[in-house]
Amino acid sequence: MSISVLMPALSPTMTEGKLAKWHVKVGDAVKSGQVICEIETDKATMEVEAVDEGTVAQLLVAEGTEGVAVNTPICILAAEGESVSDAARTTPVAPVAAARSEAQPPASAPAPSPAPAASASAAEPEWTGKTTHITVREALRDAMAEEMRKDGNIFLMGEEVAQYHGAYKVSQGLLEEFGEKRVIDTPITEHGFTGLGVGAAFGGLKPIVEFMTFNFAMQAMDQIINSAAKTHYMSGGQMTCPIVFRGPNGAASRVAAQHSQCYASWYAHVPGLRVLAPWSAADAKGLLKAAIRDPNPVIFLENEILYGQSFDVPEDPDFILPIGKAKIERAGKDVTIVAFSIMVGKALQAAEELAKQGIDAEVINLRSLRPFDTETIVNSVKKTNRLVSVEEGWPFAGIGSELSALMMEHAFDWLDAPVKRVAGLDVPLPYAANLEKLALPQSSNIVEAAHAVCNR
Amino acid sequence: MAKPAVKPKVESLPAKSKSPPKSSGPGDNSVSAEELKSYYRSMLLIRRFEERAGQLYGMGLIGGFCHLYIGQEAVVVGMQSTISEKDAVITSYRDHGHMLACGMAPKGVMAELTGRSGGYSKGKGGSMHMFSRDKNFYGGHGIVGAQVPIGTGLAFAHKYSGGKNVSLTYFGDGSANQGQVYEAMNMAALWKLPVIYVIENNRYGMGTSVERASATTELYRHGEAFGIPGERVDGMDVLAVRAAGERAVDHARSGAGPYILEMQTYRYRGHSMSDPAKYRTKEEVDKYRNERDPIDHLRKRLIDAGLADEAALKAVDADIRKVVNDAAEFAQHSPEPDPSELWTDILIGA
Repeated sequence: MSISVLMPALSPTMTEGKLAKWHVKVGDAVKSGQVICEIETDKATMEVEAVDEGTVAQLLVAEGTEGVAVNTPICILAAEGESVSDAARTTPVAPVAAARSEAQPPASAPAPSPAPAASASAAEPEWTGKTTHITVREALRDAMAEEMRKDGNIFLMGEEVAQYHGAYKVSQGLLEEFGEKRVIDTPITEHGFTGLGVGAAFGGLKPIVEFMTFNFAMQAMDQIINSAAKTHYMSGGQMTCPIVFRGPNGAASRVAAQHSQCYASWYAHVPGLRVLAPWSAADAKGLLKAAIRDPNPVIFLENEILYGQSFDVPEDPDFILPIGKAKIERAGKDVTIVAFSIMVGKALQAAEELAKQGIDAEVINLRSLRPFDTETIVNSVKKTNRLVSVEEGWPFAGIGSELSALMMEHAFDWLDAPVKRVAGLDVPLPYAANLEKLALPQSSNIVEAAHAVCNR
Repeated sequence: MAKPAVKPKVESLPAKSKSPPKSSGPGDNSVSAEELKSYYRSMLLIRRFEERAGQLYGMGLIGGFCHLYIGQEAVVVGMQSTISEKDAVITSYRDHGHMLACGMAPKGVMAELTGRSGGYSKGKGGSMHMFSRDKNFYGGHGIVGAQVPIGTGLAFAHKYSGGKNVSLTYFGDGSANQGQVYEAMNMAALWKLPVIYVIENNRYGMGTSVERASATTELYRHGEAFGIPGERVDGMDVLAVRAAGERAVDHARSGAGPYILEMQTYRYRGHSMSDPAKYRTKEEVDKYRNERDPIDHLRKRLIDAGLADEAALKAVDADIRKVVNDAAEFAQHSPEPDPSELWTDILIGA
């Protein structure tokens, strides 16, 4: 059977070109890979190689012809065993149809919220079992140690995590208990060791990668987003990346702009990641255990200032918190204040102040930024009709912006006032003590925002 | 079994580094006729597959970026002959040859190129992003150099788990200047990880020649700062690749740490399909095609040594052509992914 050679497209946007030159003539034998002609577009001149083998029976387009459409038959080859004269009588056939279908209607989208919504469930019951009063630092260490005892594939790596016990002493005692095989000091090479951790996760291990602070994870952003978050999807579900990236996020104290930044909205933007931000020691322990057990890449945003704060934590080693559930830390009826990480404490302080003024605030601790617990917030707004969002990061395109949009979509009819955002000022964080304080949200700012939405 | 009279050539520059002494590779008796024929077949499969992929691209059936491996076939085929199925392989986006060499099905690879549900990534990855857990092929990575720390992490996992498996981590001369490559090499040497860095030096990172991109062009010496041994290999000669590959794999498997092989090779086609290749002369390309072609070279060896005749090789050609035709047919008729696939494989258990 004779073979039609078609005018090729040399780029996704090429629709036609000039057939500049033939390198073969009727009767020539053609081999795979042999250059048969040259074509030109406004961008380039390129050689066309034969794929099929045979003998040239017809040249259908003359040398020098302009505007030859892609997929036009340009040449007929007689296949092996076929006579050239028979093939010369063949009528060329263009391909039936372009393979790519027209744009399809979008598949039924999930809920309008861009991040997958958390599953509905009742409010978290208060823990009634025994508790112990420990710091956030100890809670994080205990969570890692308990999970590492259960699963030999879990290991911790990062700068200074082993012999130094962590730059912020989070990994106290882990080297002594688990040895240097499982508690690994890395060189100061965030991009490299993050990629190495992702490779280890692809290879079946469950790494916990500590960043001394998330500011340094910017060096590793490509491996976190392009390699860890996307590969499960890009492999059609074949590859898995069970890894936890953890470390302090946000402003510490007087370390200036390069070391003081909240990455919550950066990571929360990315499908394929889970993003958690604990406030209390119980959050830290329950959520870190959940993060380690989760089969997906998890960003775990801690806070340096909280490390030394103490909270009651359930003693039960099976205590774990669900990913994707916010917690109502203080019930109230007049205004909803939504915060995460260190700002939960500021919000609770503000609520106490507001209570003195006769405003009963409900404080929600988000805990999970992706997935996002829209339902708990909407239910609260249905009760209070007013919402203040609080975050340490910058306001533009921040978590508060997302929260405002979600309320427009899900709670518009219940709002009695526009959502008010309290956020860090839109400036690099300054070093001077007075300026730093002015740039970061204080409980007084939250009180003022609550007054505004309550028309007080 | 018939033994071929072949003398593999290992081309290496006088090493100023403390690279281990270069042996001359396996003796004449170390390669069987069957092995030689299987290398011929594997290289030809890659060549014909890639030519067909180029054709389907020209017909608009393959979209986006498409980086063909034509000319470099001896590298993956030679290296694959030195490892077992349990060893890991990872590479960049010029990956079709690696997948076929790993034994992944031509139909599944071609259908991924056409973005169909029968592709290895269900049509969601495309040319640059395919994987096979089954064959221990870990991609297919689109960001230049990103696969190098990942491949090093696979070696870390091997060592952690106590096995003897190694990681073949391929990258190009273009990646060889990426910072993360050296971060990974440092850790690999520091922790003695069983990784073989195979630098496919095809002389151009997109349109920029090695000489215009690298301050030092002896890429096999780029691990010297970390004490990683390296050697330069004629990547157009499958047996030279095999001989060097065996040394490197033995080194890594023995627990001695990483090893670098710089494969001197050449791609006949452009960087990607839309590359007019104005940065090199036609004479240069023709010289490689006509004088250094790895497939022609092996074909001649087989015939000269009396291990195969024209008819036998023609039968191989015909067989390969059928495999590739079937793959192309499958890739055009496999349905596009169902719209519901938009929302799958984002997170596990979500």
